[in-house]
Amino acid sequence: MPVIEYIEAIRSAMKEEMERDSRVFVLGEDVGLKGGVFTTTKGLQEQFGELRALDTPLSESAIAGVAIGAAMAGLRPIAEMQYSDFMFPATNQIISEAAKIRYRSNNDWDCPVVIRAPIGGGVFGGLYHSQCPESVFFGTPGLKILAPATAYDAKGLLISAIRDPDPVLFFEHKKCYRLISDEVPEGEYTVPIGKSRVMREGDDITVIGYSLPLHFAMEAAAELAREEGVEAHILDLRTLQPLDREGILEAASRTGKVLIVHEDNKTGGIGAEVAAIIAEELLYDLDAPIRRLCGPDVPAMPINPPGEKHFMLNKEKLKTAMLELARY
Amino acid sequence: MAKKIVEVVMPQLAESLVSATIDRWLKEPGDRVELYEPLCEVQTDKVNAELPSTVSGILVKKLVGEGEEVSVGTAIGLIETEAEAAEGLAAPEAPYAQEAPAPSAAAATAAASAPSAPSARPAAAAAGAAAFDPQAPMRHRYSPAVQRLAAEHGIDLNLVSGTGMGGRITRKDVLNAVEKGGAAASSASFASPASASSASGSPMSAPFASASLASATPAPGSLATGSAAAPAAQPFSVPAAAQANPSAADADPSARLPRVEVEGKSSPGREYYIDVTPIRKTIAKNMRQSVSEIPHAWTMVEVDITNLVELRNKWKHEFQKEEGINLTYMPFVVHAVVGALKEFPIMNSVWADDKIIVKRDINISLAVGTEDSVLTPVIRNADQKSIVGLAHEIHDLAKRTRENKLKLSDMQGGTFTINNTGTFGSVQSVPIINYPQAAILTFEAIVKRPLVINDMIGIRSMVNLCLSFDHRILDGVICGKFHQRVKANLESYNVNTKLY
Repeated sequence: MPVIEYIEAIRSAMKEEMERDSRVFVLGEDVGLKGGVFTTTKGLQEQFGELRALDTPLSESAIAGVAIGAAMAGLRPIAEMQYSDFMFPATNQIISEAAKIRYRSNNDWDCPVVIRAPIGGGVFGGLYHSQCPESVFFGTPGLKILAPATAYDAKGLLISAIRDPDPVLFFEHKKCYRLISDEVPEGEYTVPIGKSRVMREGDDITVIGYSLPLHFAMEAAAELAREEGVEAHILDLRTLQPLDREGILEAASRTGKVLIVHEDNKTGGIGAEVAAIIAEELLYDLDAPIRRLCGPDVPAMPINPPGEKHFMLNKEKLKTAMLELARY
Repeated sequence: MAKKIVEVVMPQLAESLVSATIDRWLKEPGDRVELYEPLCEVQTDKVNAELPSTVSGILVKKLVGEGEEVSVGTAIGLIETEAEAAEGLAAPEAPYAQEAPAPSAAAATAAASAPSAPSARPAAAAAGAAAFDPQAPMRHRYSPAVQRLAAEHGIDLNLVSGTGMGGRITRKDVLNAVEKGGAAASSASFASPASASSASGSPMSAPFASASLASATPAPGSLATGSAAAPAAQPFSVPAAAQANPSAADADPSARLPRVEVEGKSSPGREYYIDVTPIRKTIAKNMRQSVSEIPHAWTMVEVDITNLVELRNKWKHEFQKEEGINLTYMPFVVHAVVGALKEFPIMNSVWADDKIIVKRDINISLAVGTEDSVLTPVIRNADQKSIVGLAHEIHDLAKRTRENKLKLSDMQGGTFTINNTGTFGSVQSVPIINYPQAAILTFEAIVKRPLVINDMIGIRSMVNLCLSFDHRILDGVICGKFHQRVKANLESYNVNTKLY
């Protein structure tokens, strides 16, 4: 299987789906002529024309609104928020319209829109280019939220999202774009929404997370196995909503010691819900307090490099937390 | 428990800089390093700078030698950080902070098995004690998973050894016990199955059993308390705890700590060990080097400082009010010595085999003692300072010494040392020269003595000044002159001397 970059996986998912289904189109700021600020949509306008790779005004509310309307009218739009930090003007469209239209119309209407947004820091982007907004949308019934960590999942999940009959938020970690490469099959495949994946098997501790920090966890796990004989069991949630309860419970009960990691800040984050699910179902399997390692509860990513480094998770932080839990 | 080791990397000292050369290490492995304290000196084509440490801790290893060039981002040293190290220490120490143990099979086991086969199986007893530290803080905190598994498989948790933090029994420990065949297998780690059954049969009596058994050991003394159960099992390995019997040493976590013997132990056990701290090592090294390299000679003069005493008494309350610090004798002494050093610069020198290096700067090292060490922070350019300025600087250095807040730069560059030995009541001392300086002077305790002045007897405040000097550089005559000058300077103070 060819090894491709995370960003290439996303690009090829859109390209292949646009080739397969003429209803699929992309829209967003600079997605057409420029091919996206990260080049995620590069080549799409050349291949599919201006009407299927649409450059929009700098108005996220309009991008989301147009995409939602097009979806309700029968198309399969993929709307891009240039950075997830800019997504908040579109929040009302997403939460009040897209998420609720099927329910509100008693199934007469649906809204098969995909809204892609790059999340996360580590790129010296500061406040407006580093946020993780998933907790803003998390807990909104009617929305599906995906956050792949690997190129394989990025492609497979994006294809599933495009084909899904309901609104899907697709959070890509911008730091993963070129950092992460893995094997992706040539042909068409999908990754099921709502299914987590075991990235690594182990008996000592369970690490549950999504997106970029999982790679730190994998590195830390390899070192801990080598240096301390600690074997970590690592679960990639992949889908944040709906959470894969069975997958979470299985992974948690495997070791009874759970560390939940994400870059989004700790309070009210996805980890809180994962911890609650485990606490509700697995009291008698727990061997240690459920722990969370997350971004700090501060208003924004610092622009200064030491501040950003302090904010971001990394292998060392993961390793310390994992070892501490293993020794508990 | 492994301690947290942090890498110190070569930072980007200037824009566009790609590499730098370690010029000189200012710290050696084993040295304490404070946050931002200079670790080494680096040279680049742009800047020469001291490289501050990014963490506090102990320098464990230098990864790059002096003179080596490394690229930016390369790890140059490893520092063991304090926080983690303290955490690491906390675990073995914690048990001793605990109160008497909860009813425990372990205490009984360790003690009971010992008298039953004292000479034959000391190692086994020790192993038992290691696996079942009854006072481990987490020993009896069972997680839901542990309780459920124990109930499902009929495991007696009293018989399972805990490998978790603070001796906690982990889920894995229970699973391992299940795998080994439950209680039968886990009791194999006991030295004596009989004691295991008796202990589990009457857990409440366990501490008392161990105590009474302990009193049957060779030198019971005052050991008859529950909390003494663990140490009581030790007499068999006491003399060897440090080296001869490794398994016993392992079994006793306190073997790694300084140990204080319990009163009443037999005489062979009447000694204990104190870890040598890095500062102690440095003092030892410097003292030995000074004594072995420098031929010390010694002289003493006595000084009548009655007038100085009056001067100080006149000013001390006002000074305290104005300056916020005590007016001590030290600034006067330093001032007097510095004046004499100006007159006899050879006293302010260093022996360098083929030459004598005379220092133009007069930097006075001040010996400041703490409970367990002595440091010599430096008053720089002491000749440029007034009595008041010296008073403030001495106060500041002494304060920061006691608070352990001295910087490396505070300790460097001394050219002559003064030690206020009088503070601990000494009236005469033979100081060791602060290597590689040429001389050291002590200011002894002030005592009132009758003295003959102009054939009359007066009550005078007298003090001895002792001087050790490097006889390679200095001889009696020059030192005598210096000493007399210091004496004269001190005696020339009077109630009209201006402080400001």
